Amino acid sequence: MLGYLVRRVAWLLGSLFVAGSAVFFLLRVLPGDPAVTLLAVGSSPDELNAIRHRLGTDRPLLDQYAGWFGGLLTGHLGDSLFTRTPVLDQITGRLPVTVPLALSAFVASIVVAVPVGVFAAVRRRGLLGVAVSTLAQLGIALPIFWVGIVVVWLVAVQGRLLPPGGFPRTGWQDPAAAVGSLVLPVATLTIAQGSVLVRYVRSATLDVLNQEYVRTARSLGYSLPQALLRHGPRNGAATVVNILGILLASSLLGTVVIESVFALPGLGSLLLASVKARDLPVVQGTVFAMTATVLVIGLVVDVTQRLIDPRLGGSA
Amino acid sequence: MTTPLIEASETVDAIAAPTRPRRGWRSPSLIVGSVLLLVVLALALVSLVWTPYGLDQADPAARLAGPSAQHWAGTDRLGRDQFTQLMLGARTAVWIGVSSVAVAFALGTPLGLLAAAAGRLVDDAVAGVIDIVIAFPTLLLAMLLVTVYGASTTVAISAIGIGVSAEVARLARISASRVFTQDYVLAARTCGTSTPVILIRHVLPNIWHTLLVQATLAFGVAVIAEASLSYLGLGTPPPAPSWGRMLQEAQSTVGVAPWNVLLPGLAVAVAVVGVNLLGDGLREIGDPQLRTRRRATGR
Repeated sequence: MLGYLVRRVAWLLGSLFVAGSAVFFLLRVLPGDPAVTLLAVGSSPDELNAIRHRLGTDRPLLDQYAGWFGGLLTGHLGDSLFTRTPVLDQITGRLPVTVPLALSAFVASIVVAVPVGVFAAVRRRGLLGVAVSTLAQLGIALPIFWVGIVVVWLVAVQGRLLPPGGFPRTGWQDPAAAVGSLVLPVATLTIAQGSVLVRYVRSATLDVLNQEYVRTARSLGYSLPQALLRHGPRNGAATVVNILGILLASSLLGTVVIESVFALPGLGSLLLASVKARDLPVVQGTVFAMTATVLVIGLVVDVTQRLIDPRLGGSA
Repeated sequence: MTTPLIEASETVDAIAAPTRPRRGWRSPSLIVGSVLLLVVLALALVSLVWTPYGLDQADPAARLAGPSAQHWAGTDRLGRDQFTQLMLGARTAVWIGVSSVAVAFALGTPLGLLAAAAGRLVDDAVAGVIDIVIAFPTLLLAMLLVTVYGASTTVAISAIGIGVSAEVARLARISASRVFTQDYVLAARTCGTSTPVILIRHVLPNIWHTLLVQATLAFGVAVIAEASLSYLGLGTPPPAPSWGRMLQEAQSTVGVAPWNVLLPGLAVAVAVVGVNLLGDGLREIGDPQLRTRRRATGR
């Protein structure tokens, strides 16, 4: 196990290096001169040189590359071109919106989708079971932002029950208002993620239902729910951990679109605004932070799977 | 109780003529999926020669009007005909969907085949690259490219294509490796057949079906990705219409003109559900036992 852990962490570090390099080179090498794209047409050479110096693009490329990785190790991701504040501060400043949003949606998806998925599998021939599967199929096919707009229309515009968007200026100092403004975004993300999860859970439950140990348990006099509860989790756990990892990662990425729908000041809207303003250091830092999180989730998933099911050892 | 009989005869058919599946072509998923997809394709194709109004033809007197005989899908806040926009949006969706799937397969298939055909070292290296690209989300890749090149159709196609190609490469690698372990490949090798010829003669004919099913799913992914990018203002730039941007523009007026939100969303759903059902149907044709299995397990 220890050997596996070491190999897996080494693999993570390698992936982080590749991802960091990809982000750096995509932004720095392909386009030519970022300073030119930043400034208005007709800027004086002095202005261009000044901005090149501030970007660091007047230094040799390898020097910049080393600087970017040195910065990653020490937490210095550079300064925003426009606000001139450190990128790291900007990112951490947005977390109080994005982290609760992604985590609540992750938890809510599990709480809703697991029972619904099991139900859809057990009652697969019933009207309700078929209806649930069809709805889940539809939930996957609909763009998440469309679901968001419709939710806003029904609940906020028609019902006037909750704010249609925005986040209190004072942040979490007003917990009720903060929670209130996150309810609809979380609900939207849950509908989208939950639909995907329902399909996984349903199909996993069907696999378990057809296993002989369930038939044996039933012949021993256990009811179907008892048999499922007794054998389902232990046998399906490794697969479930994998799916939960995917779900957590996609909840995080889903916030990019959701924050835009609901005008939330989170990490996703920071990234979107920086992309539109071509604020290279912020884009670079935010994209790397998100990718790194996805890669770390992958590590946790793999290690947990190995802990749950040592049989996986043979292949790695 | 005639169902088991039909299933039995199906199985016999499948054994007698494995390359000539019969009932598969009549599967409901295939029919419904094709019909939905044809609707979208028809809208896109007709828009090449005819639309009810011009793209920028605004009718200021009929702003945010509901669906009517003049404007089948109503008008937006500038008084532009929404049905025209839906038709042209279908064209954008189909174009970007088909192009990104083409990019994804042009990149992914050779990579996957190379990994399967080459030795352990190359295989491990390619598998590693695939893992990283899969972990690197398409949306973030698109955002990086837009930062550098600005929003354009080409950027959207490249980003979606590269993002999807990793999944294609993974699938091509797995299915091709499976073929390489078959006895007939060993026999061919023994006869001195070169690897490229084995790839063309034995591997591709055995995996193209799996890849085709993957292509339909990838098209659905691409359509949603294009809509999302356009919604965020990172996709096809104006004036080219897109379902995603229609939704973005309609969001602020959803209280007065909900149909402006409902119809483009419906269009995306029709395209994606259609192509997913088509994929399901194709998978059933490729694997005749799947339907029997599905019926038995209720999947």
